[in-house]
Amino acid sequence: MTLAVLLALGVLAVGGGVLVFVVDSMARATFCLLASFIAVAVMILMTGLAYLGTVIILMMIIEMVIMAVFMIMYMMNPAGLMPMSMFHNTRGAALISGLLFAGLTAGIFLADWPEKRGERPKDPTTALGETLMEGHMLTMMTLGVTLFSTIVATVVLATGRGRYDRLGDGLDAAHADDPAGGGVGR
Amino acid sequence: MILEAFLVVAAALFSVGLFGALTQQSVVMLMMGLELMINGIMLAAAAFWYFLAPAPDGQMIVVAVVTAMAIEMAMGFASVTAIYRAKRIDMTDAATELEG
Repeated sequence: MTLAVLLALGVLAVGGGVLVFVVDSMARATFCLLASFIAVAVMILMTGLAYLGTVIILMMIIEMVIMAVFMIMYMMNPAGLMPMSMFHNTRGAALISGLLFAGLTAGIFLADWPEKRGERPKDPTTALGETLMEGHMLTMMTLGVTLFSTIVATVVLATGRGRYDRLGDGLDAAHADDPAGGGVGR
Repeated sequence: MILEAFLVVAAALFSVGLFGALTQQSVVMLMMGLELMINGIMLAAAAFWYFLAPAPDGQMIVVAVVTAMAIEMAMGFASVTAIYRAKRIDMTDAATELEG
């Protein structure tokens, strides 16, 4: 029963991933990707990682909604109303991907996997929390700083006109160079 | 449940994602391919934790991969926005400034 559910989720995950690159509509592609992610998250939930599985589901729902917005912003054909090919080097990529899958699958079945070391904790979420706050505090801090750096970097990259555009490289202009005046006395 | 079943699904996700990343002309679709690849890695990490090394350290790999996925998406969209503002480019074939 468990194996059947696992296989069904695996087919859904991989099928959703394939459909992402098959359907014309970008909205459909986004939701196919979301279905794939949720199937993987449920598989992770089946391993007992309740907290991480739930986080992945919530994160992916938000992420795919944001991705749908970006699709509409940047794709020339977001609704797929005009069938068009947006692929390049399909044959080479299929060959590389196929060879990679064959190699990985062969490795999976030929590898002599080691025996399980240790027992699973009764509450993996508590165990993860204790690890994050004890032995892996440095890892957690590094991840936190990296995420903060990402916030700063993304704002810098995405900002159309920053303070250097408005006040010059030395930030010493007497008045901001704005396309429209603002403030008191405009 | 068996380890191999999880890993085959993870390998398939990684391969499909690689195919998408290599073939897509749209930057947003390329990012979808990268996300699928990271998705496969995440599943494999969870499977390794469950079947081989159920110590809490194994969960840290999943946390790190989830963080990498969030960073990839944020930086990807910010880069797309920056390139589009500067050059009006939204296709990978047009972004060839660093080509040798």
